[in-house]
Amino acid sequence: MTVVGVLGELLLTAGVLILLFLGWQLWWNDAIMAGQQSTAASDLSAEWLEQAQAAQADTPLPAPADYGEPVVGPASYPNGESFAVMYVPRFGEGSQRRIAEGTGLDVLNSEYLGVGHYPGTQMPGQVGNFAIASHRSAYGGGMHEIEQLQLGDAIYIQTKDGWYTYRFRDFEYVTPDTVDVLAPVPHHPELTPTDRIITLTTCNPLYSTDERIIAYGVLESWQPSAAGPPADIAAAVASWGS
Amino acid sequence: MYGALWRVLPGPVWLRIILMLALVAAVVFALFTWVFPWVDALVNPINVTVE
Repeated sequence: MTVVGVLGELLLTAGVLILLFLGWQLWWNDAIMAGQQSTAASDLSAEWLEQAQAAQADTPLPAPADYGEPVVGPASYPNGESFAVMYVPRFGEGSQRRIAEGTGLDVLNSEYLGVGHYPGTQMPGQVGNFAIASHRSAYGGGMHEIEQLQLGDAIYIQTKDGWYTYRFRDFEYVTPDTVDVLAPVPHHPELTPTDRIITLTTCNPLYSTDERIIAYGVLESWQPSAAGPPADIAAAVASWGS
Repeated sequence: MYGALWRVLPGPVWLRIILMLALVAAVVFALFTWVFPWVDALVNPINVTVE
């Protein structure tokens, strides 16, 4: 066999290996990690719900109208600590993810986390901007279906304190250095916020990292953990882990 | 290279095809289980944040 023949076969092999790697990264490993992250989120959600219901056993719950101002948790958490669960029905079944502090690869590429909170941005329910990031494709793709969001779609954030219901408002497409989208009033760091908003950031276009797609939402309502999940997702949440 | 492997494999053509497929499956398994996770940690990370 000639040298050229062997070289040709080696090059063909290299090409096949690269395609295999991309297939592994974008679909195989993505699907496995999505399942693991989803299960981890379900576990955390159920744990908080049980704790809240146990603690609530003695005291009667206020009427839904009297939940008052949203409870806001600590201003920050140690890097990598999961403090919330995100569930967006539009993203489909199994799309629930843990939200952990920090947007490093240790959070975003984690097999049980997947969504990261930008340190220094506000917390769920707080006046200002609760800003989070996740992969669009690969590593569980916590925001894979982001472009499917429609005006008014619910974005549920659960913490140990309760459920925060945000409603999707609009998209924005920006360059990766547009950090102003994280400001308490996006693009206006000098302004004092009055709204409670959520900002989702991920890659755009799909399978590229050239741009970022930003999805903004506004807080609609809040209910304490002991009240259980919002009625619209009660059945979905109950089915998690089964 | 692959021609030599084909000649080394024993048995009739149908058995060689099965052996070939088994070898490919074993290689893909090893790649998916050990090699690709290792490579993944080495190559440029996929950045999704604004910074």
